[in-house]
Amino acid sequence: MNRAPLFLLYINVLIIATCGLIYELLAGTLASYLLGDSVTQFSLIIGIYLSALGAGAWISSFVHEKLARCFIEVELGVALVGGFSVPILFLAFGYVSWFQPLLYGLVFLIGTLVGLELPLLMRLLKEEVDFADLVSRVLTFDYIGALVAAILFPMLLVPNLGLVRTSLLFGILNALVGLWGTWLLRPLMRQKGLSALRGRAMLVIGLLVAGMIKAESVTHLAEENQLSGKIVHAESSPYQRIVVTENKTGFQLYLNGHLQFNSVDEYRYHEALVHPPMSAVEAPQRILVLGGGDGLAVREVLRYPSVKAITLVDLDPAMTSLAECFPPLGTLSEHSLQHPSVTVINQDAFLWVDTAHEKYDVAIIDFPDPGSFSVGKLYTSFFFNRLRQVLTDSAVLNIQCSSPLVSPESYWCVVTTLEDCGFEVQPFHATVPTFGVWGFALASATPLSKPLNLPVSVAAELRFLDQNVMDHLFVTPRDLQRVDTEVNRLNNQVLVHYYEREWSRWQ
Amino acid sequence: MAALDRRALLKAALATSSGLVAGGCQRAQRSFNGELLSPSLGAGHQIRDGFVPQPDLENWEETEVAIVGGGIAGLSAAWRLQNAGIKRFQLLELERVSGGTSRAGETSFCRHPWGAHYVPVPGADNAPLWQLFDEMGVVNHAAGVPEIMEDVLCREPQERVFAGGHWTEGLYPRAIATEEDLAQRISFQDQIAKWIDWRDRDGRRAFSIPTALASDDPEVLTLDRITMSEWMQTQGWDSKPLFWLVDYCCRDDFGLSVDQTSAWAGLFYFCARRESSAQEAPPVLTWPEGNGRIVQFLADAAGPQLRSNRAVTAVKDQQDHVQVISFDTKTKIAHGLRARRVVLATPQFLAPYLISDCPTERKTDASEFQYGSWIVANIQLTDRPAELSYPLSWDNVFHNSRSLGYVVATHQSGIDHGPTVLTWYLPLCNDVPADARHRLLQLSWDHWAELIVGDLQQGHPHIQSLISRIDVMRWGHAMIQPRPGFVSSAARKRAAVPLDRIHFAGTDLSGVALMEEAFYHGIRATEEALLAEDNSVPRFYEALPRRGQG
Repeated sequence: MNRAPLFLLYINVLIIATCGLIYELLAGTLASYLLGDSVTQFSLIIGIYLSALGAGAWISSFVHEKLARCFIEVELGVALVGGFSVPILFLAFGYVSWFQPLLYGLVFLIGTLVGLELPLLMRLLKEEVDFADLVSRVLTFDYIGALVAAILFPMLLVPNLGLVRTSLLFGILNALVGLWGTWLLRPLMRQKGLSALRGRAMLVIGLLVAGMIKAESVTHLAEENQLSGKIVHAESSPYQRIVVTENKTGFQLYLNGHLQFNSVDEYRYHEALVHPPMSAVEAPQRILVLGGGDGLAVREVLRYPSVKAITLVDLDPAMTSLAECFPPLGTLSEHSLQHPSVTVINQDAFLWVDTAHEKYDVAIIDFPDPGSFSVGKLYTSFFFNRLRQVLTDSAVLNIQCSSPLVSPESYWCVVTTLEDCGFEVQPFHATVPTFGVWGFALASATPLSKPLNLPVSVAAELRFLDQNVMDHLFVTPRDLQRVDTEVNRLNNQVLVHYYEREWSRWQ
Repeated sequence: MAALDRRALLKAALATSSGLVAGGCQRAQRSFNGELLSPSLGAGHQIRDGFVPQPDLENWEETEVAIVGGGIAGLSAAWRLQNAGIKRFQLLELERVSGGTSRAGETSFCRHPWGAHYVPVPGADNAPLWQLFDEMGVVNHAAGVPEIMEDVLCREPQERVFAGGHWTEGLYPRAIATEEDLAQRISFQDQIAKWIDWRDRDGRRAFSIPTALASDDPEVLTLDRITMSEWMQTQGWDSKPLFWLVDYCCRDDFGLSVDQTSAWAGLFYFCARRESSAQEAPPVLTWPEGNGRIVQFLADAAGPQLRSNRAVTAVKDQQDHVQVISFDTKTKIAHGLRARRVVLATPQFLAPYLISDCPTERKTDASEFQYGSWIVANIQLTDRPAELSYPLSWDNVFHNSRSLGYVVATHQSGIDHGPTVLTWYLPLCNDVPADARHRLLQLSWDHWAELIVGDLQQGHPHIQSLISRIDVMRWGHAMIQPRPGFVSSAARKRAAVPLDRIHFAGTDLSGVALMEEAFYHGIRATEEALLAEDNSVPRFYEALPRRGQG
């Protein structure tokens, strides 16, 4: 071989070294992303990978002939296994219970193959170059490759390509090194089978390119594993990740991975949320809906002819305009948010309540569950006291407060907090198959002036409630009895702690 | 622990992956700017250099009391005067804005602190402070026992620490603590409990707020002879997380490391706010602009009596009155004031420069007062950094840093999305305070910006693209330093004794820089002045009944 190809071989060393470290970094990042505890994950991945490099080097001693061909085969192997490692792991995380063995197994396999690369290459070159020069040059390029990877990975690759595409891209690089090798190392190979080898290399590259094109759907698919159907709409707003899935029964809305409703049985939830407070006030005119950007609660409110104005306050414009991107929601909500009496305000209700001047007859509170401090503040005594300032003296509010069966302390904490603010509270619950037993709290600043009377005209349109069923929602079964809790205040946010503790028991 | 070394800090900052590249090309990439600020240095140095303008005859006025200095101590003095029904007084403040190190700043979307940013709920025995909070409208009487209103108590999540690669709740770096560390922490808490419940023969506590009410028993005062780390070593502790926690608290409250802080001051931090070990540490009051809200209330109450941009250049005792010469830094006009009494509510190191013919002993005493320098930066963000572990809190601390981390200005308003301002604190814990002041003036805005961004990147690798502005305040004499020997020194006590008609206020007279101490001295000095003229004035700290939760 003359000098030019030799230099090109060193470039090969640089590329394969870069690829090798990238796979290691990918596995470490993915493991800490999916499993948490980055210190443990990174040290395990690094340890396993390094030991696998050793294993690869040892195995190389058993290769005695067809060194060049073997090197190319190894390249193609690394390209396939390394290139597809991240998509495979992403998908597997949702499906298999043996994710960790798979992860470490893959890391070991990649490490072993990468460990084979350099010893094979060095033996290929040993006839051409002085041994001392060879070791020094190969190792130099190997370490430079590691540096390149270490810099590219956090600065360029992860921010711009993401994990899935980075993995596939470096797979392609490995495969190209293999393909290139069929020319570069040709003097060292027999002609027989060379075309087949090239064909295989092309196939591997083709597979990886196809993977690159389909990378977005891999992410989708991975998300779908953790949700319960096919993703039909997904977007990330500045506030949350909004995903709509569909299965045979209907469609489901997820915010940050938490189910908000299922179109099959959402009517049960929204009828229980809206009709008790609406039927507790004589001819309610001005209605406040907090949260509920899907428009389903407003749909129920619009059944009352006395209603003159509805104000809906929801943080996320992406949520209140979701029906435009996903028409089935518009149909389900009967385009309620388009109704002329509805005013949509996209603001954090916590801040809006300070700026509101009008008073409302009914308030319907449909915030997400208090799983974070920024939502938890909307269930505090401070917020409820402020809210009272925008309610008429005889107003009635109803608030969803998670499941009294799964999370009794969370549920009763909301009730206790409302009572601490001077509200009269009537706890009740309804069964929503998708959620299970769900809790609400009907509250008013003064004792209710009249019994709950569901207007006949409204009842005729409902699928879940009638007068009798509504009355029975307020009967507390023996397993939903009250528990003592603290008051949820801004400076303790006990509700978030209750909620986290109680729901984590069920996961 | 060694003094803050810029190179070491920069190196630590640069060790993070994004900082690695930032070091070379950050200047070109930087998409934000800002200002390097400092309190009115020019006027201050003029006074130091003996500049005394002569007021024209028509610029002389008479008043009952002249207060020099519009920090918390001076403003509290004005508040006390008004409570005593005295309207004829003047408060002369050097700066355009009052408040001293408690002042606030403002951006287009929120207010933010420039220094002190919280006050713990006062103990039941601090009745005057309860009265102030009551007047500010933050005390709720609905429950019978007065309570601080919910919206000014620091909202959860209150604090988090970045250690071992992620954020965890609280200040103690649990993520890197072993069983032995946790055992030592409990042992530490037991010692604290012992000192909280300690009482002398007169029933006084070892540590209290105000410190003037605490015991002067030798058993307590000997703690002032050694450093906090020496005291901790005598207890047999060596836990790194524990030393880190205590070091952090010392730097946070005193601007000194655990190796520099007097053990008396270190224990004061942990003990003074609890009357009994059965009580939990009290919650803290805070506002988006920090203690700037208190400043605003007191300044509004002082009304036109508060004169800003007034550099006092001389205070002359004239037997039956005191002459106060000041200089309007805006109009360049000199003013004279004949006051029956003066409350000098400035740091004590200024007294020799301000008081004409200041006695030599006073000058010697004043030189015992040592002050630490601080950098406080306000960092405007267009959006919040992404969070993967414990969420953004009010107070956010980096374990592996000499900075104190940052507080979030929008936190208390409940604004959880979009732009915000981070207020970042760095005490310069040099062994020789003058070195720190020298460095403070030496470094450029670029240096500070680089250091601040590198520090923030430890916990927020991608924060640089979110930064829209960084303003950097250099506080040369930010706070009094309770090094061993100072709190128990005779010089400190003597400095509080009036010079005839001149009465001294200032938190440094306590040896610790706290809002409550400044407030106490403002009231104490004012009452001293009033009592010299009229012995019917009640002393608030004795006359007002206990308030709040006991």
